[in-house]
Amino acid sequence: MSLLQIDNLSVTFDGEDGPVHAVNDLSLAIDRGETLGIVGESGSGKSQTAFSIMGLLAPNGRTDGSVRFDGQELLGAKPKDLNKIRAKRIAMIFQDPMTSLNPYMRISNQMTEVLTLHQGLSKKEALAESVRMLDAVKIPAAKERVNLFPHEFSGGMRQRVMIAMSLLCQPDLLIADEPTTALDVTVQAQIMDLLGDLQRDFGMATILITHDLGVVAGFCERVLVMYGGRVMEEGPTEPLFAEPTHPYTRGLLAAVPRVDDVDAAMKAIPGNPPNMAAPPEGCPFRPRCGFAGEDCRVMPPLSPFAQGRARACHRPIAEVTA
Amino acid sequence: MAMTSEQAVEATALAGKGRSPWADARRRFFRNKAAMVGLAILAFVALFAVFGDFLSQWSNEELDYNVMGQIAQEGGPSIENGHYFGTDDLGRDLFARTVQGTQISLAVGLVGALIACVVGTLYGAVAGYVGGRTDNIMMRIVDIFMAIPYMFVLILLLVMYGRSITILFAGVGLISWMEMARIVRGQTLTIKGREFVEAARATGVSAPVIILRHIVPNLLGVIAVYATLLVPLMILTESFISFLGLGVQEPLTSLGALISEGAGTIAYGTTWQLGFPLLFFCLTLFGLFFVGDGLRDALDPKDR
Amino acid sequence: MSPLLSVRDLHVRFPIIRAGDMPWTKPRILHAVNGVDFELEAGQTLGVVGESGCGKSTLARGLIQMVPATGQVMWRGETDLLSLSPRQMKPYRSEIQMVFQDPLASLNPRMTLGQIIAEPLSTHRPDIPAKERRQRVAGMMERVGLLPQMINRYPHEFSGGQCQRIGIARALIVEPKLLICDEPVSALDVSIQAQVIELLKELQRDLGLAMIFIAHDLSVVKNISDEVMVLYLGRIMEKAPKARLYDDPQHPYTQALLSAVPIPDPVAERAKRIVPMTGDMPSPMNPPSGCVFRGRCPRAQDDCARTVPQPEGDAHRVACLHPGPLSAAEMA
Repeated sequence: MSLLQIDNLSVTFDGEDGPVHAVNDLSLAIDRGETLGIVGESGSGKSQTAFSIMGLLAPNGRTDGSVRFDGQELLGAKPKDLNKIRAKRIAMIFQDPMTSLNPYMRISNQMTEVLTLHQGLSKKEALAESVRMLDAVKIPAAKERVNLFPHEFSGGMRQRVMIAMSLLCQPDLLIADEPTTALDVTVQAQIMDLLGDLQRDFGMATILITHDLGVVAGFCERVLVMYGGRVMEEGPTEPLFAEPTHPYTRGLLAAVPRVDDVDAAMKAIPGNPPNMAAPPEGCPFRPRCGFAGEDCRVMPPLSPFAQGRARACHRPIAEVTA
Repeated sequence: MAMTSEQAVEATALAGKGRSPWADARRRFFRNKAAMVGLAILAFVALFAVFGDFLSQWSNEELDYNVMGQIAQEGGPSIENGHYFGTDDLGRDLFARTVQGTQISLAVGLVGALIACVVGTLYGAVAGYVGGRTDNIMMRIVDIFMAIPYMFVLILLLVMYGRSITILFAGVGLISWMEMARIVRGQTLTIKGREFVEAARATGVSAPVIILRHIVPNLLGVIAVYATLLVPLMILTESFISFLGLGVQEPLTSLGALISEGAGTIAYGTTWQLGFPLLFFCLTLFGLFFVGDGLRDALDPKDR
Repeated sequence: MSPLLSVRDLHVRFPIIRAGDMPWTKPRILHAVNGVDFELEAGQTLGVVGESGCGKSTLARGLIQMVPATGQVMWRGETDLLSLSPRQMKPYRSEIQMVFQDPLASLNPRMTLGQIIAEPLSTHRPDIPAKERRQRVAGMMERVGLLPQMINRYPHEFSGGQCQRIGIARALIVEPKLLICDEPVSALDVSIQAQVIELLKELQRDLGLAMIFIAHDLSVVKNISDEVMVLYLGRIMEKAPKARLYDDPQHPYTQALLSAVPIPDPVAERAKRIVPMTGDMPSPMNPPSGCVFRGRCPRAQDDCARTVPQPEGDAHRVACLHPGPLSAAEMA
């Protein structure tokens, strides 16, 4: 059984001009200890997917389908049960760590609170554990710095604190939503390195949500590419990057410049991202796709085509070019 | 670049006139039921103030000798003798007096708010945009003015120059702009940091043009909301002064003066003398508050 | 012939007044840009890279007197822009235009596209009649890939990429010689970034524009620049033609920066080695003595604390006392 099993998840928001379908019919599964990347541009629905797993959707959002964690249904679960799972077994880190740190509380108090509340540790044990965890995320002089306030840390250090806090209860699943987007590239490299080490040491399953293909390439075993609220293609990282078959995946990879490439070439995808309040009929990528035809007015199902790989496309590249 | 059919559709959709942020706000405002009720009440009060005189059978100065001396018995509201709202203690028609009082009160409120909007906005926007020492000096002046108890100054003015409506307008206008200037300055500082102002500066647009073209239009939302709160504040101020007996001079009157008179004679059982002016006073304030709330929601959709 | 832009010893200092300071308290000084010099030829692109807080945006604003700067900024070898009064500066503002980071925030939400794009034109060429102005605006809109019939629309009705096109149209309507782009694509989606970069390159080719392209994304800078300058804490660390800088970086900071860039290829990304860099960027209020990078530098030695390295060399300038290619030992 998978650790997390999502079936036919849909997320709809009641907007001012009618409903907005942020996520449509999304299914995914992640096993224990696995790393999954969800890649997409703004409005692709990648963050809303994470929020609905955590039950953190905005009040005007509705979910449909099923999200099962270790066999237990999360959608529509009682807040009490949901809290229990959220506190101990699923942790989430955000782009801006300040949103989840209390600026008026010392780090030590914020960290020990979690442990005394959920693990039943004594104050002293909790503090020792907190320092140990700050050491694990390589914060120098953790023993002294544990007594500081969040604003006394730099952006990168704050993200480390956030990661340490999320790991306190040794979760089975870590959801990282754009954890390095606000950071400088050198700090990003350090944080991703750290996350990789921690993932190996703690063995938790990790969902990395990002728009940065480079970060995914380095971190994830499996990748899910989203566009316009739908999964376009999924598969193991290496074959997906080496031979993308969905026109969107291929376009995206060609649009990103590579610093190790001679001219760091970038090839644009024409057109604009879909307006999610009035999405195009059928495949959301159809208006920007060079291979689209009349049949694309019906959304193709996500269907497997090779070992562990699946795509939602009537006209995948392999067939078009062959 | 060849256009796909969707792009062509999008292109036609984007032709013609755009939906300005104002149009969006208007749409949201007219969808707001409470604000519509407020607007209806205000419209009613305004119509009453403007056309009330035509309905009235008596002028506001005429004394009705038939009821004089026995107001408590004869002066009550009545259709037959034409005193719809009854008469005041001297036998003057209260309907006509209430019409006049509403006119004066609304005028005081509107003039005060208007002065506040124009003076306060320009003062605050200039201080905020120029910044530095100029800002410091301009805002300290406001601080000093605000430190003076304005009610005292207003009363002094009215005592020194006599009780006249001009002095009342001047006095109310004098005090109303300062809070507005502070609010506008704060907002200007925020807008000044936005990139579109930077873009205008980088391209060499002059400071007065930046203030009028880029800053003030983006302040209008805040100003409109604050102005709807200022009008009742001005009406209340005027009423308070009138209640003290320092407001407008007889034979002119205001809602505050009428309420004051009505409250003084309540012991004789002439409840209508308090009731009708008070009703219009409350209606006006309710209407303005509802509309103000509606405007705020319409102009700052994020705050909901 | 003298270059289009020649900058000598540019400094930008901000006085920092803390809340509660008395008016006579001497403010502390934040030295945001510290002795930068470079030259830019017409039609060329200079990329400026560095982490947040390195002074790259301040540098751009210092060049056009948006922030108080000292030093010398020679325009076409004739005029020192920093010596001009605001009034004298005005005609030069049409020759140097700017494109901003946040596409939507850089457009006044209360103005229509037509008004926004026309603003620089009506500021600098009030003599042009309204009809011709409108024609030029429509022409420019088409040029940057916007449909002229959108002219009466408001910015919030457009996506980020379209808004950035509007910003570019506004900058180019007065036919500038130099375009300063301050992180023009970092707020855009990946697939849109490439569109905007392609547009900028095409316009540059057609109009012979010089560009200063500021970004934190080293791959995008590599794509668009002829020369690249690396800034750290307001100082030039390294400056070289693109190929030299990316293939043969000499400064340890450049090397660390380049090694940290993620590569969208699982095989290459997992095989690459990252130059370890410890600690955080020090506060520009209180920079270290000597080389500003020494606190995080794997090569730092005693002399780095005493001497401020100057950018030396001709085409390839390196401000380091111990320059050289990356050694195997440093790749640990």
